[in-house]
Amino acid sequence: MAAAVKNKSAINVKGSANIVCDYLNYGINSILFQRGLYPPENFSTTENYGLSILMSTDNKIKEFLSTTLGQLKEWLVKRMVNKVALVIANVKTLEVMERWDFNIEYEGNAEDGETRTSEKPLKQIKNEIRDVLKQIASSVAYLPLLECLCSFDLQIYTTNDVDLPEEWAVAEPANVRNAQSVKMRSFSTNIHKMETVVTYKNDD
Amino acid sequence: MSQFKFWNDVNTVLSLDGPITKGPQPRYERKKMSSNSFNLSKQRSLSSSSISVTKTPCKTPLRKSKTPTPNKTGRTPAGDRFIPSRVASNLDLAHYKLSQDPNQEESSAKKELKRMLNENLHCNQRVLSYAKKAPAASEGFQNPMRVLYSHTRTPASVKAANRYIPQAPDRILDAPDIIDDFYLNLMDWGSNNVLAAALGSHVYLWNAGTGNIEQLLELEGNDYVCSLAWIQEGDSLAVGTTEGVVQLWDCARAKRLRVMAGHSARVGSLAWNSYVVTSGCRSGQILHHDVRQREHVLATISAHSQEVCGLAWSPDGRHLASGGNDNMVNVWSAVSGGCHSNNTPLHTFGQHQAAIKALAWCPWQAHVLATGGGTADRHIRIWNCNTGTCVHSIDTKSQVSSLLWAQNYKELVSGHGFANNEVTIWKYPAMTKVADLKGHTARVLHLAMSPDGSTILSAGADETLRLWKCFVKDPLKTKDKEATVRARPSALKQCIR
Repeated sequence: MAAAVKNKSAINVKGSANIVCDYLNYGINSILFQRGLYPPENFSTTENYGLSILMSTDNKIKEFLSTTLGQLKEWLVKRMVNKVALVIANVKTLEVMERWDFNIEYEGNAEDGETRTSEKPLKQIKNEIRDVLKQIASSVAYLPLLECLCSFDLQIYTTNDVDLPEEWAVAEPANVRNAQSVKMRSFSTNIHKMETVVTYKNDD
Repeated sequence: MSQFKFWNDVNTVLSLDGPITKGPQPRYERKKMSSNSFNLSKQRSLSSSSISVTKTPCKTPLRKSKTPTPNKTGRTPAGDRFIPSRVASNLDLAHYKLSQDPNQEESSAKKELKRMLNENLHCNQRVLSYAKKAPAASEGFQNPMRVLYSHTRTPASVKAANRYIPQAPDRILDAPDIIDDFYLNLMDWGSNNVLAAALGSHVYLWNAGTGNIEQLLELEGNDYVCSLAWIQEGDSLAVGTTEGVVQLWDCARAKRLRVMAGHSARVGSLAWNSYVVTSGCRSGQILHHDVRQREHVLATISAHSQEVCGLAWSPDGRHLASGGNDNMVNVWSAVSGGCHSNNTPLHTFGQHQAAIKALAWCPWQAHVLATGGGTADRHIRIWNCNTGTCVHSIDTKSQVSSLLWAQNYKELVSGHGFANNEVTIWKYPAMTKVADLKGHTARVLHLAMSPDGSTILSAGADETLRLWKCFVKDPLKTKDKEATVRARPSALKQCIR
């Protein structure tokens, strides 16, 4: 009986990947809003993690994020991703203005593979995620203003042995010139550990 | 043209695998060439001498023998001295090569290093991205966060004024319970030198000449006063309330004359034109009341979709300007022979991006209107209402809550909110800053000017009224004017002389 209850609350690798991707979805949308990349009219509030988070209502952005994060989920389960980078670049000059790195570490032995489970309570994970999202929202206070028209892209740093899916391409790693970075809090599901770092152009 | 030639030279030189075509020949080549010619002449002379020997051996052996001397060939001999010829050498190129080459080599080395580093760092990983990118925001979109970042920057340098403007207020009065609401107009300074101020549900009169303060009225219940306006000449005060009525008071006798209903919501703005009081309502309606008649409503205008927060009649009474929370400014012309306006606007200006409360007509150019926008807009715009064009526009970097034209100087005063809560004086028409009057610790809500035009009164959300004596007439200048008038007959004297 006790074992059954235990199993019920345990998180497997797929579930952990889901949590990570959910976090990324909310985090990226929040960044897009907070950094003013798109008009605020195109966002609507959603309640999650005990916060109200602004999510884009633009269909193209939604589609882009769901495809990318869907693919990411597969790779997360197979332990193939090291890092996800949200690159914000000037539309005209293509200069990289800002980069948000979501570094992923895998906890436990690699041999456990896809059978590993985590006993960490979901509530605690959500609280950790909430803290990171709060930090993202407050980052406007120190990040420089993006004065030019900017676009964003998601780059996924994978291991060498990954098969390139259709409609995916190898990208040039984007580096910010004269960069300064700030590390946010990290959260862990006991399977995946996610660390968020923002790198921005230092003007002065 | 010369620079193209130079770059061509550079390009030909930089393609290192091709033959060298430009520039001075290397020394060893020149040496080879000259030595070749020397040898040739030598050979020729030798052969000729030999021929002469065989042909005429005894006739002119001396003269013949002279010709083969190498000195006579007219060429400089190839010595071991290098004398550079300025004509043949390309000094630009030489300088370029001297100054540029090492750097270039270094940068290529750096590139190599970078590539190696990249390869080593990312040896076990690939960077992938989805090929169908998300679209960028539409062209012309401006980052809305701009408002947060650019608040504190001042747009123009504060130019040294040619008169003394005191930076501290002349007097500070307390204004407890003043309602911090951008959409209300709670202060007016009448031509009788009495300042009317609404504090919550009370209206107080402050006589600026004697310093007397008296309470004019107190509203009952939860009602509060939303707007005040003095008649142009006299002691009549119009008071707009939350109930949607406009009360008319005779302030000399402290007596209410009449109550004019007609609005469905609070009356946030009032303006007088002779016997007509125009009132703007939260519903967006504008009413013209004839205060002399029993049926006081002359006209109802529904042009604004949201609260009317600014109303102003031009000094000549020919135009009415109204500004609303719908970010629109309407200019109405008065009906011919009447004191109220037509039902269709003369001009509609939609350039402001926020509510327009600050409206002011220029006292010396009757068709010039100044308008100021709220937090999201922060611009002061000057309009020519004859042509309906925007003459000036300046970003003040903070909310414009009130505007006034100076009477004694060609200047404009604006009251601001976040971040500096200052009162700014602008030179017109240059629109350069003359002075920043700082002191309010919360946003400036209203501005009023004394009837003699010398003093500005600003009401802040910090519950203070501050008097700034910034437009005192220059006694020297007024004297000068009189002097020039008097000096005119002296021209006759000059003629005589």
